[in-house]
Amino acid sequence: MEFLLQPLTLLTFFPLVGALVILFMNSEMKTAIRWVALVTSLITFGISLWTLSMFNASNPDLQLEAKYPWIAVAGWNIYYYLAVDGLSILLVLLTAFLTPISLLSTWTAVEDRVKDFMIFFLLLEVGMMGVFLAQDLFLFYIFWEFTLVPMYFLIGIWGGPRRMYAAVKFFLYTMAGSILMLVAILFLGIQTDTFNIPTMLVRLPDLYATTIIPQTQMLLFIAFAAAFAIKVPMWPLHSWLPDAHVEAPTAGSVILAGVLLKMGTYGFLRFNIQLFPDATVAAAPWIALLATIGIIYGAAVSYAQTDVKKLVAYSSVSHLGFVMLGLFALNPQGVAGAILQMINHGLSTGALFLLVGMIYEQTHTREIKVYGGLWKITPIFGAVMLIASLSSMGLPGLNGFVGEFTILLGAFGSKAIGNPWYAGISAIGVIMAAVYILYMFQKMFLGPAGEITQHHELKDLNWREIITAVPLIVFMFWIGLYPAPFFNILAPAVEKLLSALPL
Amino acid sequence: MTQPQFTDFYTILPFTILVVWACLLLLADLFIPKDRKGITAFLAAFGLAGTMGYAITQVGLSSMGFSGMVFLDGFSTYANILLLISGLLGIAVAYGYNQRMGIERGEYYTLLLFSVSGMMLMAQAADLIIVFLALELLSIPLYVLAAFTRKLESEEAGVKYFLLGAFATGFVVYGTALVYGATGTTSLTGIFLSASNGTSGLLLTIGAALLLVGFGFKVAAVPFHMWTPDVYQGAPTSVTAFMSSGAKIAGFVALLRVFATAFPSISADMTDILWAMSAITMIVGNFIAISQTNIKRLLAYSSIAHAGYILMAFVPYGNKEVMSISIAAGLFYLLTYVLTNFGAWAVVISLEKAEGNPSTGSGQRGLELSDYSGLARKYPALAAAMAVFMLSFIGFPPTLGMVGKFYLFRAVIAGGFNGLAIIGVVTSLVSAYYYLRVVVNMYFREGDPTIEREPGLAFTTMVTAVATVALSFVPQWLFLLASTALLK
Repeated sequence: MEFLLQPLTLLTFFPLVGALVILFMNSEMKTAIRWVALVTSLITFGISLWTLSMFNASNPDLQLEAKYPWIAVAGWNIYYYLAVDGLSILLVLLTAFLTPISLLSTWTAVEDRVKDFMIFFLLLEVGMMGVFLAQDLFLFYIFWEFTLVPMYFLIGIWGGPRRMYAAVKFFLYTMAGSILMLVAILFLGIQTDTFNIPTMLVRLPDLYATTIIPQTQMLLFIAFAAAFAIKVPMWPLHSWLPDAHVEAPTAGSVILAGVLLKMGTYGFLRFNIQLFPDATVAAAPWIALLATIGIIYGAAVSYAQTDVKKLVAYSSVSHLGFVMLGLFALNPQGVAGAILQMINHGLSTGALFLLVGMIYEQTHTREIKVYGGLWKITPIFGAVMLIASLSSMGLPGLNGFVGEFTILLGAFGSKAIGNPWYAGISAIGVIMAAVYILYMFQKMFLGPAGEITQHHELKDLNWREIITAVPLIVFMFWIGLYPAPFFNILAPAVEKLLSALPL
Repeated sequence: MTQPQFTDFYTILPFTILVVWACLLLLADLFIPKDRKGITAFLAAFGLAGTMGYAITQVGLSSMGFSGMVFLDGFSTYANILLLISGLLGIAVAYGYNQRMGIERGEYYTLLLFSVSGMMLMAQAADLIIVFLALELLSIPLYVLAAFTRKLESEEAGVKYFLLGAFATGFVVYGTALVYGATGTTSLTGIFLSASNGTSGLLLTIGAALLLVGFGFKVAAVPFHMWTPDVYQGAPTSVTAFMSSGAKIAGFVALLRVFATAFPSISADMTDILWAMSAITMIVGNFIAISQTNIKRLLAYSSIAHAGYILMAFVPYGNKEVMSISIAAGLFYLLTYVLTNFGAWAVVISLEKAEGNPSTGSGQRGLELSDYSGLARKYPALAAAMAVFMLSFIGFPPTLGMVGKFYLFRAVIAGGFNGLAIIGVVTSLVSAYYYLRVVVNMYFREGDPTIEREPGLAFTTMVTAVATVALSFVPQWLFLLASTALLK
């Protein structure tokens, strides 16, 4: 019992309980199934708040540990080991927060195979929580790979016309990244004789001084980075993302953008930077280069899109480029800004996908040019969309600004990157974001009524949809106006992370 | 030469019980009416279960019998239990299938029992002569079973398997002869002692290589795999299911035993050969599987590919520190493979039809990948089970296949063969492509498949699927079992 009542165990596996309940329900009871899923995810969110209440923000170390020997035979030393610290707590909260919102958005959008959908979605939540909480590399790898499976089914069954292609591409692309990580994990596990990350961190410095030469460390860094860079996705490994995003059902896109991509950036933060300090410092300028290219490239390609969902998808490439730039600035502003920007991107891009999904549900088209003058007909929708758009482009007063500004501040003064030009060029990305976002908003919501707007009985947001969107809007303002509580939570852990680097 | 003592029989008692039971069943079957061959099936299963009961009591025992001709150790006991499980599952999937296909004859089950007993003897062999004896005992019933349907394709499969199998056995015999010539003994421990005294030479290496050829054929390793797709496709599917599990275990168990016990002294030469064989088996098996559209051929190539993965466990066999890990990894992976493989074949058998229906076009017998379209909507449990097996073959959590590959790659990397591990993971990625095609058809396409509901099949599918998932959360007991399965 003691094992089950650990807050983090509960947090990770509670959605599984809901999934099991749904498994034994009649698939015709669609509404009941939806409610069970929603309530499960809300309780999970409650557990995450309970976790937060027990979390000590001034402590930079891992907390609330649930640690039990799992596979302890024949020199395996694998632990069931969950813990949270300042680097992961916000992402855990984001996951628990976005899941009920996504589920609420499926209320009328998913009518086919509701039972399977909800089971896969809750399983996905288990996997995502596990990724952010696992402190044992074997356990982490299991959760990491596992998240692929439900997402694959979500895209493949409930996705758009090219769903099969997108689902298989998503699966193979992501798996291609993680297989090299598997080899690196095994190598590390054999060298350090443990898979437990804190223990590994204690043992690695000696090994780096003796048996593991810098070249090997760099190879290990690259093997891990391959897995995470594909997930982020960093330019030029991003080509799976537009397909997956466009074909995924709305709830899938929200979770994909909101949480799954953050698994990549979190991976860099937790594993690459911590495990391979020398390689991290050596690679920082290169990562910054790729991030900068990604920022500009993503923004430019976004502008060229005619499909609004694709536009939002490519904007993720640009936004995640900022996160990577901040992380590899390797100074407190950069890293803290990057972590906050992960949350911001989850909120604003999540909201954009949600809203695009709401209008798509009515019109079944995502072509920007067929809309126009939407604001007049659907004022609430327009207002919510405007806030989400402004948040995404980084308007001061909203959350996106805080993150991007801090990241650029960090990147300008970064010793690791060593060149203020990356930050300078990236700043252009902020302007470009304003261009493509405002272009999209203007074409869809302002101006003369478009084809669809004229010939379609368009309804404004209903209560359920408003309830879905409002929590996101609240956080956009909160982080935008008063980000201090968020920075306070992560600052000690970031300090500790950076103090271990040879800078 | 001492006379066999009564205690000698204790060492091979599971084998003895099974052979005696099979002989009795052969007689008893004469009195069982033609339309009630279910009794034979039941009696055969009972014999296997009883034997397994005794085999389990041998856990932890370690001795030799018949003047050093047979071993009894953790390794053989583990292999025996695994083989008996294969036999039981082999009967479970066969009973209803044989009725449906009109091939219900009592000999089927006796032949299966003889084959299992040969495999068990193989696991206990401590002498190359016994290895040869066991190889024949396990193979000859399989040749007959492959041709059991007496249709053209089945007979072709039987003849092909027989001819190539006989050829391969010839390699084993010739290899044995050369090894004897080099060392003056056929006892595995004797070969080791003689070889480490420095009397070995080129002759011993060639002999060992020839043995590898013979066993390579049995386990369907490239380049000795040519027979596999045709035989697997032509043979009755129930036989294929058994053959692809049982014969593979037996072949690998013999290889592990012979190489680790008799040939550590020539590991410098053998390691390179095994490395190349493993790599090429993984590459060829997985790449050719991509273009298959028939599920039986797809699984045949998948079985070749998995032979490559298991062969990885052999590569570090000369390294004393790593050897015990890699043997345990190999044994663990065999268990993983058997469960997943039987489950997948059980699903294939569920969809297979006796006669093609010309009106439905291409997939007349339910054996094409397109026949799996829409399975998830109509039979969600069966499709979920198949999805689990496919994920397990790829090596994805939460399945046993993932744990098995983790174990295997760990052994390989611990042995210092990082390159082979990278080939292993990259080919796993390739394999994901064709395994996912099955999942894509089941879940993402629409169709109207029909299945046969049979208790044996339902049992096999459910047990293997649940075990594949559940055991992946508590693999430590199996690890413990596999890592105590030491060679004497």
